[in-house]
Amino acid sequence: MPEAVLHVYRGDASGGGLKEYRVPLEEGMVVLDAIHHIQGHQAPDLAVRWNCKAAKCGSCSAEVNGKPKLLCKTRMDALPPGQPVVVQPLKAFPIVKDLVTDVQWNYEVNKRIPPFTPKPNAEWRWKQEDVDRVQEFRKCIECFLCQDVCHVLRSHGRTDAFAGPRFLVRVAGLEMHPMDALNRTKFLKEDAGIGLCNITKCCTEVCPEDITITDNAIIPLKERVVDDHYDPVRMLVRLVTGKKKGE
Amino acid sequence: MSERYESHDVDVLVIGAGGAGLRAAIEASAQGARVGVVCKSLLGKAHTVMAEGGVAAALAHVDPSDSWKVHFKDTMLGGKMLNNWRMAQLHAQEAPDRVRELERWGAVFDRTRDGRILQRNFGGHSSPRLAHVGDRTGLEMIRTLQDFGVHQGLEVYMECTVTKLLKQDSRVVGAFAYWRETGRFVLFRAKSVVLATGGIGKAYTITSNSWEYTGDGHALALGAGAELIDMEFVQFHPTGMVWPPGVQGLLVTEAVRGEGGLLRNATGERFMERYDPKRMELSTRDMVARAIYTEVKEGRGSPHGGAFLDISHKPPEMVKKKLPSMYHQFMEFANIDITKSPMEVGPTVHYIMGGVRVDADTGAATVPGLFAAGEASGGMHGANRLGGNSLSDLLVFGRRAGAGSAAYAAKAPGHGVVDPAQVAAAERELLEPFERASGPDPYSIHRRLQQSMHSLVGIFRTEQDLMKGIEEIVKLQAEANAVRVEGSRAFNPGWHLAHDLRNMLTISEAIARCALQRRESRGAHARLDYPNLNPELGDVNSVATLDGEAVRVSQSPLPRMPDELRALFATEPAGVQS
Repeated sequence: MPEAVLHVYRGDASGGGLKEYRVPLEEGMVVLDAIHHIQGHQAPDLAVRWNCKAAKCGSCSAEVNGKPKLLCKTRMDALPPGQPVVVQPLKAFPIVKDLVTDVQWNYEVNKRIPPFTPKPNAEWRWKQEDVDRVQEFRKCIECFLCQDVCHVLRSHGRTDAFAGPRFLVRVAGLEMHPMDALNRTKFLKEDAGIGLCNITKCCTEVCPEDITITDNAIIPLKERVVDDHYDPVRMLVRLVTGKKKGE
Repeated sequence: MSERYESHDVDVLVIGAGGAGLRAAIEASAQGARVGVVCKSLLGKAHTVMAEGGVAAALAHVDPSDSWKVHFKDTMLGGKMLNNWRMAQLHAQEAPDRVRELERWGAVFDRTRDGRILQRNFGGHSSPRLAHVGDRTGLEMIRTLQDFGVHQGLEVYMECTVTKLLKQDSRVVGAFAYWRETGRFVLFRAKSVVLATGGIGKAYTITSNSWEYTGDGHALALGAGAELIDMEFVQFHPTGMVWPPGVQGLLVTEAVRGEGGLLRNATGERFMERYDPKRMELSTRDMVARAIYTEVKEGRGSPHGGAFLDISHKPPEMVKKKLPSMYHQFMEFANIDITKSPMEVGPTVHYIMGGVRVDADTGAATVPGLFAAGEASGGMHGANRLGGNSLSDLLVFGRRAGAGSAAYAAKAPGHGVVDPAQVAAAERELLEPFERASGPDPYSIHRRLQQSMHSLVGIFRTEQDLMKGIEEIVKLQAEANAVRVEGSRAFNPGWHLAHDLRNMLTISEAIARCALQRRESRGAHARLDYPNLNPELGDVNSVATLDGEAVRVSQSPLPRMPDELRALFATEPAGVQS
């Protein structure tokens, strides 16, 4: 039976390194299958998160050959043959152990997003076309690969100032919901730090759900922020009427 | 004693953060309770996320003649009349409100032309009844509940495993758990506890379930002295992927058939004609799963041992819009374009109808202070669950268990006293595997259990196989008690499995013993040696309890349906009315 060679990161906050494992290669095998094989036969304490194994839950996020990937969706036969497969934890988040990182920060950011606030006395009818875009954002499986690849978080570590693509997508889903009454541009500008995104589209490239994060979510939100906070005409209108958009 | 551990005091402790757990937590919190939610994974990753086809509710948006009574009747007939009638009634009556409520909390369902929630066909439902979002309805549901819940002040304890319920006399007063990340122990004191831990699929080789589904709630309930009912009813979903090996068992949504998908065998025949000519592909899951199994067994299977499921006669754009994740799943995992070629599918363990015996209205288990909802509870689905009735079950009975547990907590005199001896025993049980110099490893025991359950307590059963299965399980229990774990307590999957394995073994024994006791074929329980439905057994639930470490089974009478509901079934053929 053909064999695959994997170099898997083993270690924790105190340090670690790549360790080599060999596993029998099966047809259609994904990297997570190989990791499970290692767990079940060679290294029972190898830490990895996973759940659905069907690219629907976003648990098994890691880096394969340096690229953010879902382990369950990365086929071994799609990787360069004859070379070891390097599997490492997400770089943007603190390591817990082996392939598991501390992603708690994401859940803290989520709590700060002003919640869905339905319009009072509205009729709950809308066309499918009106929610196709919102449904695109709601496909997000919270794998945090976009957070991992985003250089604001990955290279500059600005978790203090930037919510990351995942949560801009979530805000977009709320802002474009036909029944939502709230305006979140102040949150986007001041808390989510949307201005820090300089539209390199790395997040869109890694999204396993094919959400067009930058073009469909972030750019329209940036425009709303500009309209509300920098547009001189609107600023004047606001000054005169004392009203904000959405009120 | 409790000073030695990190400890948390809540009014209501919810174990499990899928649809049922989150809905229970939201309701308990809305009733004024301080709520803690404990889950084994990260928030939002529970198996609800995998639910695809939709949530069943008689909204009557597509078929105006649909009503709760028709939904109730479909559910009871699908469950071969073994359902708890009161649960089935509440479920059918309340599901529409629960779905509308979800929409008010931000869920975005697919729409009808006139802008209302769209509904689709599903097996065993006599009208298009499933509100859905393409084929990712569960994701929509869990995310909506999660985002609504976090703004309600729920305290969420992620990646934390409860290993024992703690009792003061007869009453449940808390839970003992460990943090998966560090392996440190943690104590929860609670006035009431809701079990919403989902299913048991990981006891079988081929399953749609993830690693979490190890019968934790079922085993915790047994350990606390509660009763389980109807554990013999394990649902094999007819359509799991059969190839490639790594994704064997992965769910292929029933929505494929709901949207017009056809089942064929190797000869090209639409074989459901021979099994259920009236409903064909949209027959109930028990029927379709056995039909596919039989076709394969009799030599008419597809190349990789399944049946062909074909949706390629539908317009490709429609397939991609209504079944997007199926399209991607087959494209990426099997190199198959489902808009052009058929899929290969076969039965996969998906759901357990049996579970904790609960009061229909409050979710109260048979032990004071303990509640259960969702897949961990029993009764709602009888001998076979209809597709789409799980998501609605989670919402209806999650809410009810949340209300029930909050009401119980409000009346409770205060937190109970935690017994140091129980805590010490729970701690010992977890630490022993590290202290043994030698012993079997948990992974190999798990593989053997899965194989035994699949081959001996599977889709078709016989007395001989079941006896052998029980013997095997008891043997593996002894081995599991001597298991050895390597490494440290920090995020150690081998250690985690060593504990989960005990739960799987306990519930496997319950399944096998209940299956042995029920000498008939009904719904998902098919006995080759008793191939027919026995009307006398239509009036009894199987009951499982724990006696020391051994599972004891008995029977108890089914709650009797009131005459006005019974009248709904007057026109049905004899036998199903019992």
